[in-house]
Amino acid sequence: MSKWLQDNMPKIVLAPSFVAVMVFVYGFIGWTAWVSLTRSRLMPRYELDSFIQYERLATSPRFETAMVNLFIFGTLFIVIAMVLGLLLAILLDQKIRTEGALRTIYLYPMALSMIVTGTAWKWILNPGLGLEAMVQGWGFESFEFDWLVDPDMAIYTIVIAAIWQSSGFVMALFLAGLRSVDEEIIKAAQVDGIPHWRVYTAIIIPSMAPIFLSAFIVLAHLAIKSFDLVIALTGGGPGYATDLPATYMYAMAFSRGDIGQAASSAMVMMLVVFAIVVPYLYSELRVKDD
Amino acid sequence: MKTYVLSAASAIAIAATGAAYAAPEAEVLHYWTSGGEAKSVAVLQEEFAANGGTWTDMPVAGGGGDAAGTALRARVLSGNAPTAAQIKGPSIQEWYQEGVLADISDVAEANDWANLLPASIASHMQCEGTWCAVPVNVHRVDWIWANTEILSANGIEMPTTWDEFNAAAEKLQAAGIIPLAHGGQAWQDATVFETVVLGLGGPEFYQSALVDLDPAALTSDTMVAVFDQMRTLRGYVDDNFSGRDWNLATAMVMNGEAAFQIMGDWAKGEFLAAGKKPGVDFTCASTPGDGFLYNVDSFAMFEVDGDDKKAGQALLAELVMGPKFQEVFNMNKGSIPARTDVSLDGFDSCAQTSAADMTSTSENGSLLPSYAHGMALFGAQAGAITDVVTAHFNSDMSSEDAVKMLSDAVANSM
Amino acid sequence: MTDISHTRSPSMARNQSPTVKLVLRVVLYILLGLFALFYLMPLFVMITTSLKSLDEIRTGDLISLPREVTLDAWKTAWATACTGIQCEGVRPFFWNSVLIAIPAVMISTLVGALNGYVVAQWRFKGANIFFALMLFGCFIPFQVVLLPMARVLGIMGIAGTIPGLIFVHVIYGLGFTTLFFRNYYVSIPDELTKAAKVDGAGFFRIFWSIFLPLSLPIIVVTVIWQFTQIWNDFLFGVSFSQAGTQPVTVALNNIVNSTTGVKEYNVDMAAAIIAALPTLLVYVVAGKYFIRGLTAGSVKG
Repeated sequence: MSKWLQDNMPKIVLAPSFVAVMVFVYGFIGWTAWVSLTRSRLMPRYELDSFIQYERLATSPRFETAMVNLFIFGTLFIVIAMVLGLLLAILLDQKIRTEGALRTIYLYPMALSMIVTGTAWKWILNPGLGLEAMVQGWGFESFEFDWLVDPDMAIYTIVIAAIWQSSGFVMALFLAGLRSVDEEIIKAAQVDGIPHWRVYTAIIIPSMAPIFLSAFIVLAHLAIKSFDLVIALTGGGPGYATDLPATYMYAMAFSRGDIGQAASSAMVMMLVVFAIVVPYLYSELRVKDD
Repeated sequence: MKTYVLSAASAIAIAATGAAYAAPEAEVLHYWTSGGEAKSVAVLQEEFAANGGTWTDMPVAGGGGDAAGTALRARVLSGNAPTAAQIKGPSIQEWYQEGVLADISDVAEANDWANLLPASIASHMQCEGTWCAVPVNVHRVDWIWANTEILSANGIEMPTTWDEFNAAAEKLQAAGIIPLAHGGQAWQDATVFETVVLGLGGPEFYQSALVDLDPAALTSDTMVAVFDQMRTLRGYVDDNFSGRDWNLATAMVMNGEAAFQIMGDWAKGEFLAAGKKPGVDFTCASTPGDGFLYNVDSFAMFEVDGDDKKAGQALLAELVMGPKFQEVFNMNKGSIPARTDVSLDGFDSCAQTSAADMTSTSENGSLLPSYAHGMALFGAQAGAITDVVTAHFNSDMSSEDAVKMLSDAVANSM
Repeated sequence: MTDISHTRSPSMARNQSPTVKLVLRVVLYILLGLFALFYLMPLFVMITTSLKSLDEIRTGDLISLPREVTLDAWKTAWATACTGIQCEGVRPFFWNSVLIAIPAVMISTLVGALNGYVVAQWRFKGANIFFALMLFGCFIPFQVVLLPMARVLGIMGIAGTIPGLIFVHVIYGLGFTTLFFRNYYVSIPDELTKAAKVDGAGFFRIFWSIFLPLSLPIIVVTVIWQFTQIWNDFLFGVSFSQAGTQPVTVALNNIVNSTTGVKEYNVDMAAAIIAALPTLLVYVVAGKYFIRGLTAGSVKG
């Protein structure tokens, strides 16, 4: 192997991935940005027009609903999944005899696509067929659980299903974190007679800050990309009450033949992603440069 | 077993036509996957195979063709277009403008399509003077289906005005029967909406509101009344309708859980597939009011390479417009033939009514394209209207607000 | 429990009586059990429903056990359920998914490992920027890339083919695989690489004989993650396939939407479980390695 080849091998190895990312991620984002400034309908066109698509987006009540939904869904989903994941991890960390089995049970939803579980969830949440009918069948006539068909509440059923799917993964992250906390510190705390719960709140949890960040990033990524979930569970309905930006964009591009509009909504989504990811990248890479 | 027979038949057909003829091939992208629909496509496939063709099925179900639309766009952009795809209405012309549709004028002219189709339907199949699509059927959208037994048990006649419908529904509700079976998907809300627009406003109002998108019509008092009626109808639907498929709503009427369904005549295909008899087990009537809303399914052929595929397109176009296929297919699917020279003797009474109405409305100008099924408007505009209709139907929005939103949405979609 | 060391023992506070301790313990198990019920419910409903006859589904309730267990729905879903006019069940599509997922997982894992190795251990100028660009790429919504990707696949001549689908999955998997390996390798001391270089080992030799043998835990995490993502993908599957290359998720969607008057819930559920079996199996069998792999460093960020 020549000297030059050897010196440059790392770059040569990265080169294909670099090219791929530049073309298939940034090239395509650029393409989308371009198309968002055109009047593309059924198929993409490339004559630049104006910011008309963004103006249309700004006045679309449906997109507004989608953004509000993303905010409600994203916040609840991320917070609850984190809290639940942490709680499960701490509970499982108490020398539980059946830990292996429980861990698998908490984790398995991550293995299933929502196209698969959506069918079951849709059924469970349907008031006429699922939980509500069942509990009423037991004699509790006044029991009501009709969120799926209630336009104001349907978004929360999406939250429930999403938490069901992803909280196990967060649990796994936190469990891994708990297991890698330095034992000496914990032992020292116990010798000092600090109560069990204080060990968690004062020592273990603060030491897991990077894991909170990782979990947040994974969850935020799932929230923004949530698509299958909505399609399988509500199809965006009732009405368009459970639309998210991803489903809005998809509907515009593929069932409405309004690709310019889809591209502009995609750009707004990319901005949201940008706002979340850039601070993370900054902190991540700054630390590593030290 | 079936496949052996078919391939034997195609082997004979190939032998008979000689070696100079490229064996026709077609990959057909469609979204006909429910019972009556799939059965109907199978008819076409069998006939295609019997004529020596190789049919590759590419079904993409779901969302009234949304997923199929995604697949179609991706494939056309990648230069790997299917031989034929199920598209319809103004989107045929939209696709044509992209320069991706094949010209099938040779087949059309050789078979004299221009004289076999009603003028308004033929115009959907033509792009700038050439033939670019082949019609499969004519669906009527403004149908109301009823469970005959429930109606007679409760002493109810098929309603001829919306007031009569409301009165009947009140009576049924008091008797503990769900008056209206409905599925909570946006396009189903839109289907009901357009029949109410036609019924309350009449054909001219429909034309100016949902075809010409005249702002005066969209903001008129009639439109407020239409939304009022939609609100009333919402009260006749059971609570679990969200997300229900249309054919499950049809099943509710079949099983006697609900009395009526407002749905195009593809619903009849479901009744027939379940062995129900028109006039005996179920009753059909046009929704209250005049006019005829049509929804024409069609196949467009895409520009493809290869003689075998081009031969496949010619064969497919010829077969689809052939009298035998038009007859058999439409008996299964619930629709009526697009070509007017097919004998309707074998069809049921609903189809015969439909055909007679098509002829009469075609003469008096009330044969109108369905907006809800993509026959009247471009996707973006139809979608904007549907957004408002479904938002209103699924909330407490007032009719006045809905009308305001409707005109804003339409203006915004241009 | 043998897989994770429990050397740390968070003892219950010493001043608690044995009774309180026992009560706490019971409460703990009840809590864990309730959560387990929540997570298991959909799977339970799917499995029991798939084993019931249609009559029983109509008359019975959601969570009742099947009175008569029948495998008919499973047989139908596997071999005879209709997707459009073709009635061959999910079987042919299942193999398509296998043919797509296995090469795509292998390639994206290998490339991700090499990328992670370079970024973490051969920090040249710009490596961090590369990594940042890569990471941001993980977040791109896939709906955005469908149309331009279709064009590119067409130009490459692999539109609608299984290699085309493999290519797409590899490209959009690279971000995560690189992230996993980079975060894992970053915790391995530089001295190791330096010493090996002094000994005259080259780029690939160091990777092959030092890093790869250390990588089992993170390989497991990456493979599980990638396999799950690719197997469960619907959007790429429906957009970039043609007749004959559609993956199992697309077939499942067609089956669930191909109904006659009666919705065959049992067949839908059986088809759904069959489509999910490979990923379920991977999680159940390799789940403990998954947590071990995460513990081993990938989460330290």
